[in-house]
Amino acid sequence: MAELASLTAHELGARYRSGETTPTQAVTEHLARVEALDPHVRAFLTVTREDALRRAAEADARFRAGTPRGPLDGLPIALKDVLCTRGIRTTCGSKILERFVPPYDATVVARLFAAGAVLLGKLNMDEFAMGSSTEHSAFFATHNPWDLARVPGGSSGGAAAAVAAGMAPLTLGTDTGGSIRQPAAFSGVLGMKPTYGRVSRYGLIAFASSLDQIGPFTRDAEDAALLLGAIAGADPMDATAIDVPVPDYRAALGQGIEGLRLGVPAEYFIDGMDPEVEQAVRAAIATLEKLGARTEPVSLPHTEYGLAAYYVIAPAEASSNLARYDGVKYGLRASGARDLIDMYSKTRAAGFGAEVKRRVMLGTYVLSAGYYDAYYGQAQKVRTLVRRDFDQAFARVDLIVAPTTPGVAFKMGEKADPLQMYLNDIFTIPVNLAGLPGVSIPGGFTRAGLPIGLQLIAPAFDEATLLRAAHAYQTATDWHTRRPQLDVATVERAPR
Amino acid sequence: MAAPTTKISLQDVDHVARLARLELSAADKERMRSELDGILSYIDKLRALDTRDVEPTSHAVPVTNVMRDDVERPSLPQEDMLANAPDRHREMFRVPKIIEE
Repeated sequence: MAELASLTAHELGARYRSGETTPTQAVTEHLARVEALDPHVRAFLTVTREDALRRAAEADARFRAGTPRGPLDGLPIALKDVLCTRGIRTTCGSKILERFVPPYDATVVARLFAAGAVLLGKLNMDEFAMGSSTEHSAFFATHNPWDLARVPGGSSGGAAAAVAAGMAPLTLGTDTGGSIRQPAAFSGVLGMKPTYGRVSRYGLIAFASSLDQIGPFTRDAEDAALLLGAIAGADPMDATAIDVPVPDYRAALGQGIEGLRLGVPAEYFIDGMDPEVEQAVRAAIATLEKLGARTEPVSLPHTEYGLAAYYVIAPAEASSNLARYDGVKYGLRASGARDLIDMYSKTRAAGFGAEVKRRVMLGTYVLSAGYYDAYYGQAQKVRTLVRRDFDQAFARVDLIVAPTTPGVAFKMGEKADPLQMYLNDIFTIPVNLAGLPGVSIPGGFTRAGLPIGLQLIAPAFDEATLLRAAHAYQTATDWHTRRPQLDVATVERAPR
Repeated sequence: MAAPTTKISLQDVDHVARLARLELSAADKERMRSELDGILSYIDKLRALDTRDVEPTSHAVPVTNVMRDDVERPSLPQEDMLANAPDRHREMFRVPKIIEE
């Protein structure tokens, strides 16, 4: 791997400050890597080369003048294409927004630009963030850098693959039912879903508004601390971005985990899970114990109902949110309509892919007269039960440790049945339902060389403890320092 | 609780597609019916839980009204808001005729 592209963001930042390298050198190297590798990985929907070089040159000048803006200045970053970027096409992975150019920046984007970060481009995703493999992008599928015949996970597959392949040290994704943590697990990187309300959703194209949350993909906990610190906090543009002080996440990283109480939920070790995943997670728990943590069993008895509740609540909210795509003010409009209603129906038929249509139909059905109480009302009550499970567990432990997914990255095209695809997310969905923060970090590899994700879950707004535990684990293990064998010669021979 | 059958008919699919403003071909409808049937059968497991005394959760964290001062602020420029219009007529979004002649 080219040298600068192998570094973490905080390592790059240290070299900027020491004058060893410049933002322009680092950005140029990352762009070269995107050019060489991305025809094979296909993580990027849009590369913002000129904009990146311009911002990098501005950052160079600030470092030369001795006035950098802070720890993110000049660092390359790429964003899931669900985050609005002013003047830069934002597709949400959908034909219906193929030519949409937002008139404003999402709050997280504005904060990153204000901190001096350099945008490399926009990343592929399952259409409207609905999926677990990035095969449901309306444009093309993204490939897993560890095995190009496999999926990188989803829906933030581009954001995970870009970090795994060394095309960007930092990316942002979104997580509604696991869409950050599951691709992080499949792609061998760190992916964090903050507490619901920790990060503003203004300018995030909505999927399920009570569940969506923006979060970082990085290689290590220190970079995640850096990036979360830059995007977190209240926002006048999002009333659900809660005004809870944002701690200095990096400052707390090194405190260790002596005496930390970790809960191990029996319900997350199930029949039918990949034995290599279970083995790796048990070994990771033993490592955490060696680092001074105390573990004890906890029970989350409603875990098995989480997925069913989610597949009522998320499609219901999606069917409402996606009603805005009517072909009037922006986005695609189908031609040949008889009247206005016909124009809506034809536009949506032409603009949405199969998975989006399925969820809009499912959501409309569960909200329709006669079914609302039985499905939507019941799902919201089950959501309460899932949340209480966590409340009871967190009365006794500081964090919960579990696998991120029951299996590892699957082959492209392997999960054709929608329900089989949904089952990928059984260990991540309950965390969204309860609004809690969770992180997936590399926790080992299968004998075939595929990454395994270790999930840590914290009480609301305790991202600092999550990152501290992740950091402690990463000081004792080297999984996160491994890189896929992804040089240009290798990918030329690989299946496309 | 009165539990509806989870078996979804083609007529149901038609009705829901109309509510969702989504044109489906005949083949789409049959595939949609069978896929929704599978998903709804799975979702049915929620009915096994007794939730009589359980409050529903709409947001996992408390959500309250956030008020700001009623101060005039500039909006996004009209031209920016029209720039993405698929069919624009001067300062307007043009749509197919709504009222019959």
